[in-house]
Amino acid sequence: MELREKLEILADAAKYDASCASSGSDRKSSAGTKDGIGSTEGMGICHAYAPDGRCISLLKILLTNFCVYDCLYCVNRRSSNVRRARFTPEEVVRLTLGFYRRNYIEGLFLSSGIIQSPDYTMEQLVRVAKMLREDHGFRGYIHLKTIPDASPELLAEAGLYADRLSINIELPSEPSLDRLAPEKDAGAIRRSMGRLRLRIEEAKSSPREPRFAPGGQSTQMIVGADGTDDRGILATSDRLYTGYRLRRVYYSAFSPIPDGSSSLPPGAPPLVREHRLYQADWLMRFYGFDAGEIVPDGGLLDLEIDPKLAWALVNRHRFPVDVNKADRESLLRVPGMGVRTVDRLLSIRRHKAVRLEDLGRLRVQIAKVAPFVTTADPQVGRSLLDRIDLRQRLAPRPAQLALPLFA
Amino acid sequence: MHAVELAHPVDFEGWRAAARRMVLADARPEAVDWRVGAQAGLFGDAAAPVVPEAVRNRAFTVPKDFLELAETVVCHRDPARFALLYGLLWRLTHGDPKLLEVVSDRDVHRAEAMARAIRRDIHKMHAFVRFREREGHYLAWFEPDHFIVERAAPFFARRFANMDWSILTPDRSVHWDGETLHFTPGASRAEVPDEDALEDYWRSYYASIFNPARLKIAAMQSEMPRKYWHNLPEARLIAPLIRDAGRRAAAMVESGVTLPAPKSGRWAEAVPDVRAPEPEGGLQACRRCTLWRNATQAVPGEGPMGARLMLVGEQPGDQEDLAGRAFVGPAGQLLDRALAEAGIVRSDCYVTNAVKHFKFTPRGKRRIHQKPDAGEVEHCRWWLAEEVAAVRPRLIVALGATAGRALLRREVAVQRERGAVLRLEEGRSMLLTVHPSYLLRLPDPAAKRAEYDRFVTDLRLATSFAMTP
Repeated sequence: MELREKLEILADAAKYDASCASSGSDRKSSAGTKDGIGSTEGMGICHAYAPDGRCISLLKILLTNFCVYDCLYCVNRRSSNVRRARFTPEEVVRLTLGFYRRNYIEGLFLSSGIIQSPDYTMEQLVRVAKMLREDHGFRGYIHLKTIPDASPELLAEAGLYADRLSINIELPSEPSLDRLAPEKDAGAIRRSMGRLRLRIEEAKSSPREPRFAPGGQSTQMIVGADGTDDRGILATSDRLYTGYRLRRVYYSAFSPIPDGSSSLPPGAPPLVREHRLYQADWLMRFYGFDAGEIVPDGGLLDLEIDPKLAWALVNRHRFPVDVNKADRESLLRVPGMGVRTVDRLLSIRRHKAVRLEDLGRLRVQIAKVAPFVTTADPQVGRSLLDRIDLRQRLAPRPAQLALPLFA
Repeated sequence: MHAVELAHPVDFEGWRAAARRMVLADARPEAVDWRVGAQAGLFGDAAAPVVPEAVRNRAFTVPKDFLELAETVVCHRDPARFALLYGLLWRLTHGDPKLLEVVSDRDVHRAEAMARAIRRDIHKMHAFVRFREREGHYLAWFEPDHFIVERAAPFFARRFANMDWSILTPDRSVHWDGETLHFTPGASRAEVPDEDALEDYWRSYYASIFNPARLKIAAMQSEMPRKYWHNLPEARLIAPLIRDAGRRAAAMVESGVTLPAPKSGRWAEAVPDVRAPEPEGGLQACRRCTLWRNATQAVPGEGPMGARLMLVGEQPGDQEDLAGRAFVGPAGQLLDRALAEAGIVRSDCYVTNAVKHFKFTPRGKRRIHQKPDAGEVEHCRWWLAEEVAAVRPRLIVALGATAGRALLRREVAVQRERGAVLRLEEGRSMLLTVHPSYLLRLPDPAAKRAEYDRFVTDLRLATSFAMTP
């Protein structure tokens, strides 16, 4: 099979993995080396965007889409009729370096179907990373998928060469995983994540320890393939963040796959729900919200408005917040104000009384923020907070997001 | 009116020296005309101000942030940039030294917006330069919005150290020979090859990684504006990919379910069962209470069968839950120290917990330990009894109230009952003492020391009882 054909098959097989991040690793560069190439400088770069709005930062491919597992949500499952291919490690190295030299990518994201055994598969992935680093002096970004319960020696080697490791949790609950991915073992996934966290922290604790995945670990959860509601999903994320210190939990709206299985209803992916989950995830990580207070009683996030606005509308008694006096925690809860805006406000108000025009210059949407704050401007009329139709006034008009193409 | 002539569009050093002179000469911002190269001034040739000898060497300081801001802003194409910066400098040195912290001030805001535009322009250059290879030399054509080539170039030198490369732009070009960067005037697109051997591969990748079921055109355009497209080899695919997306996604949904591939078992047959065998005779599969749901794994006890001493703690903590081993966290390290002081080798003991799963509640970024309740302790007794029966220790040391409760099946008062050998129903002996994490929590160093010594005393008693033939 031609290399280009393999690339088409094995990139297509990898596109259901949401992560393409190349940020947050150690700093490396090839400056001053005679034979080295590549650098990582903290912030990853998106070199292109596909029409699905996703960033293309890494060459994201599978080493092979042959797989001995039969996970129903996966296009590469054993019983799928999809075309199969397998790269040799040398071919992956050649493509990675060729693309890198032309400035198409930041590095490589390498995953694989399970062939022969978890250890054999992991060994193949590690070999590619090792060749890049040791034979070609490659200092770009490498993200390796980690096979749960692979041997500790292979894991140590993977961490030595990779910037980031990830293990997909796949589904938000253990019963769902048992039902849709009978060969996958939720316990093994959790154990492996725990082991990764210990290794990452050990490596960080002292410069004498061998390098281990300085870009941390991440995971991915499929949304909408099972019946778990948003409360359950966010509770699972919360446990993953606190238990294993993940850098990111990626949410991937279950997308119809060619050659779908009869156990999963085919349909358009719930993109808006995925988007709301990402917003809720940010509220937990950067805005001091608890998983429990974000999701309303029904267990599902509001699809029409963002979770922060939804929370503010049902907690109107906590508003308005005085931007000139309120503490950071209260300001962070104002809809339409981000972490950066809040920190800049705190700095401005040391020197002057903050007015609406100041907020305008901070590039916040005044219409969204105004009902929830008081400024140094004189108050005119009654507060919008008391209006019953506040939600209608603030809800975005539809079609802000690409809605499903066919209902 | 004073006219200042700068050597070139990004002459930051020239601006800095002139601005310093102007401030010392008390030249108000509206009285200074800044020009680049041979631009004709608005007011003909005005003489440079004469700075009196007495003030020529007078020093004044400005915040470091301002210099960084200015160095960035001079790269902007806006002809008013030098005047804007001088206006800011004037205010900083005339009673408003903290001006830059007021980011909503009109002038600060304008300068910040310019700096943002520059940073974005540099970032986009780092992202969208596409090299084409010709006889070992890598060439790229790029059209930045502002005068950023000098500032953007070092990144490429750090990244592509072992390549010979050139980036040509309309204003300025930069070249790297493997050792130094050098800059030449602007160039034309015709000097760059119009093909590259790998572009077809790159386009194949771009088309394959796109998921037609997730069309989000606005998101793509906000990050990859159209103005860059004519220099991106992959951009010619955007229109056809969008056009076919609906059809492809609909086809996936409509074709819906297919029958499993007939030979799907073929290359699986050679593979033995890949699931790890269940360790510890089913402990990992235990569902007697609900604690398994949130924990990473059940943590079994460890140590030699036939150990004379068995130590029982409360439950695994954060570190034990991750590692799958008992007493490896901070409390475990303290226990090791105390055991050593009491003359006990830990590997001679069997060490376990009354409850085998970590019970916690997530708070912020941490998992806060929660005490297991009576029901959970009772459910887990079955496993503890199994361990006692297998190890047959001479003495069981219960560390803390939960372990005491699990063994005695009643409430215990640790401080009242500690340090004495008690009889268990099965004819075994146990000794109750504190849990090492209690010692870690004591705030007062003197109390901590005293309690630690009592703990070591209890362990000494335990070992002398266990070792007596």
